[in-house]
Formats: sequence, C-alpha cells, structure tokens
Amino acid sequence: MVGPALTFDGIGMTFPDGTRAIAEVSFSLDRREFVTIVGPSGCGKSTLLRIAAGLLEPTAGTVEIDREQLGYVFQDPTLLPWRTVRQNVELLAELRGKGRQERARLAQDAIDLVGLTGFEGHYPKSLSGGMRMRCSLARTLALRPPVFLFDEPFGAVDEITREHLNEQTLALFETEGFAALFITHSIAEAVFMSTRVIVMSPRPGRVVAEFAVPFDYPRSPELRFDPDFALLSGDISKALRGGNG
Amino acid sequence: MTAPLGGGDGLGRVEIPTPPPARRRGSSWLATVLPALLLGAVLIGVWYLCTYVVLDPRRRFLLPPPHDVVRVGFFDSENLGEMLDGLYWSARVALIGLAISIVLGMTIAILMSQTVVIERATYPFLVMLQAIPILAIVPLISFWFGTGENARLIVCVIISLFPIIVNTLFGLQSADPAMHDLFTLEHASRATRLRKLMLPAGLPAIFAGLRIAAGLSVIGAIVGDFFFGRGKPGIGQLLKRYANQLESEQLLAAVIVACMLGVAVFLFFGWVQARAIGKWYEAGTAR
Repeated sequence: MVGPALTFDGIGMTFPDGTRAIAEVSFSLDRREFVTIVGPSGCGKSTLLRIAAGLLEPTAGTVEIDREQLGYVFQDPTLLPWRTVRQNVELLAELRGKGRQERARLAQDAIDLVGLTGFEGHYPKSLSGGMRMRCSLARTLALRPPVFLFDEPFGAVDEITREHLNEQTLALFETEGFAALFITHSIAEAVFMSTRVIVMSPRPGRVVAEFAVPFDYPRSPELRFDPDFALLSGDISKALRGGNG
Repeated sequence: MTAPLGGGDGLGRVEIPTPPPARRRGSSWLATVLPALLLGAVLIGVWYLCTYVVLDPRRRFLLPPPHDVVRVGFFDSENLGEMLDGLYWSARVALIGLAISIVLGMTIAILMSQTVVIERATYPFLVMLQAIPILAIVPLISFWFGTGENARLIVCVIISLFPIIVNTLFGLQSADPAMHDLFTLEHASRATRLRKLMLPAGLPAIFAGLRIAAGLSVIGAIVGDFFFGRGKPGIGQLLKRYANQLESEQLLAAVIVACMLGVAVFLFFGWVQARAIGKWYEAGTAR
C-alpha cells in the first residue's frame, strides 16, 4: 500500500518582510480522505496550500507530495475569458502537451461530470458565478488528479449556490475517489464535506484541534439540520474561538 | 444573473439561459446615431450663423459657408484631384508609419515585459521620447534625414510609438496573478505563458493603444508634411499653401479630409477590435 497523499512535516513560514504566517504545522492527508482546514482569516491556510502546491517554499519543514499528480482549485474561477468553457477545461491538458483528441475527450468527460454539458461553446462572461466555479472545477478535474487542493473555492458565491457546489464536489469525491485538502472559513461547509476537520490558530498558524467527522457518505443535504451536525459544528466553533485567546 | 442550478440531484443539468438578444437594428440603431446627427446639424447651423450673421460681408472669406466649402473643395475636379493626391500621400505615410510603430512598439513592450532590467532601462527614455516637442525635432530630422518619405515616417513613428508601448506593456502585465499561478503549476515555459496568457489578456489594452496610435499617426504624417514642405505634396503641404493663399474653402475642405482620414483609421481598428475580442471581452469585468 502506498503512503499518504500529502504530508506536512514541521512546516513553518516567515515571509521576507518578517511576517510569521505559519508557526509549525504537521499532519498528513491519506488517500481518499477529505480534510478541511478552518481558521480565522490570515492564519496561513492559503499559504499552507501554496506551499503544498510548490508555489511557495516554506522557511522550515518539508512537504511530501507528488506534484505531477496535483489538482489546484483557486479561490476565484480564474477562467481565461478569451477561451470558451471547453477551451478552458482543455487548458491543463494542453499545457501538458496532450494531443487534440485526448484533450477533447478529457474535457468532455469533466464537463459532463460537473453538469456543464451544453455550455461547451459559451464564454465565461455569459456564465453565472456558480457555473464559472463549476467550469473551474472541471478544468482541474480534467486530468483526474488523485489529490485536490481547494483554496476556499466557494467563498465568493451566494449561500444557495455554495451548498449546491458542496454537494456536487462531494459527489465527485465519492465517484472519483481523490484525496482532498479543502480550505474554508465556513464551519458548516467544513463539517458537511470532510472526513476530518483541522482547526488552525490565528497568525502565526498552528494546528490547535482536529475533529473526525463521523457521518457516512453519501451525505444528504438534510445532514446540515441533524443535531449531531450542530453539536460537532459547535465544538469546532469553540476550538476556533479558543484559538483566538 | 444567476442561472438556475439543477434541482436536487446535485449534478443536475442546468437550463440554458437565453443569451442577451442581439442588438436590434432599425429603431435602436437610429436611437444610437440620432443624437450625434442632431448635434451635427446644430453645429452646421452655428457655422451658417457665423458666416451670414456674425461676420461682416467683407470678412466673409474668413469662414465661407459649408456649401461653398463642399462645392469648391470637393466638386471642383482640379481641387478634388489635388486633395485626393494629398490624401493618398499622407495616408500612405500614416499607414506605413503606424505599421512600423506597431511592430516596433509591441516588440519593445514584449521585451520589457520579459525582463525587468530592460523595462527599468528603457522607460525613462520612452517618457522623454514622448515629451519631446515635435516642433523641435522636425528641423533636426530634416537635417539628418532630408525631407523625403523616410523623414516623414520617422516623425510619424515618434508620435505614435509611445501609446503602443505603454498600452501593450500595461496589457501584458494585466493578467491575474492566480492565472499566472495556474501556468506556474503546469511548468509553462516563458513563450507559452506569453502566447497563451499574457498576450490574450493584454488584447483589450493593446487595441486601446492601437486606436490612440492610429489617430496620432495621421497627425504625425500631416505635421511632417506641413513642416518639411517639400517632396510629394500631402495634406500638410496643401493646408499650408491654402492658408498662405487665403483659399479658405479649400483650407476647410482639407481640414475635413484630414479629419476623415483619422476617423477612418480609428473606426477600422475599432472594427478589428470588435472582431478580435468582442466575443469574450466585457468592459469592466475581471475574469
């Protein structure tokens, strides 16, 4: 059996201007596991994700990860506005030098999976916020990476759209079987999605608590109104505030 | 505008939102053009008023009425031929000069976007180039390069180069940092990043620069011709001669021709822009 999908070992990050973003973070993400990091803004969550992706070099500690096998979902859809939905979803395969036919096939599969079938020829400007986000999801999904990094991806959409996107992402998580490291500041989102929730302290970030989420997949939208869901959310909220001192 | 998401099953299909209706011809087109037509009519009315009411009849030659300008400038075959020849020579200088500016300007901007040192080294000199009063440089250019077409092209390029460089550079640097991250994650080469990210992201700004430069290239062509005053007579020389001979009808007609040339080049680039980026570009929205 292969090891964890991703391991942080004693990660610390101090920026050149002296800002200490991350004090010391160690944990690992197993294959087929959905781990969410919650924390107050500025606690270094996104920094941690950028370190995992190799966009930043940590000033302490090491990351073990196969970067060729990584999917990154950005905070904003970051679609290229001059490309249609299909061309956007093909981008990563194109940058990896895959042939035209394979690109088209990978893109179509991903577009179908996120439910954007019929919109292949649309430009981002004619899509709604939620559809743009799903297109962005499809772009990452196209190469079927076994590890997904989500950098607060649904923070900019409205509540209803966000819940739909959560359910869609979970459905993909179940069918595709990837490992996910997800960042959010919404406790409900964290509990609904994850197998494990990690709570980080304010800057400099460190892990202050860890919660296993006991609910089975598939999770129905009604889970959000389950008393156990509320209890767990309350515990996480307490841990978050404890971190605030 | 939020499209309805598929209900319930999470991965549901979405209804296709109706695309915004194509701009209706007819009434709305007229509504677009009418205000400008009305203002144009008012301005011509003011012109007539100045000619016939404000000016003393003995001084009416200072501002001949519009119909005289059209009759003498455009319906007199000798004058018209002269004007069209002038238009040809000036348009030729303007277009060749503009083409040189585009190639040179975009090349410089791309180099500046790739290497910070080049940007830092060249920027002050580009600002100086822009700040040189063209009246001061024209005599120098005629010392060094004579008064032929090459000298005119140089004047034209000096005037129209700066907006192309500045706008292209601004455009190339306008791509979202997260988009750059996306390319970084895939280890995209410099060339790929330039071709697939920076250039397309920069197109709206590049076209803005082209439209400014297009107008300036016409001015450059006419200014050069006006000051050199020798060689193939373009609109600049005609303007000078008509002014010296107090031929105000032809003078005004030549001004109109020069203006139309600038407008034509401007509209042409607007059309190219609409063709090139109209499908995806939405002014005022990022991403």
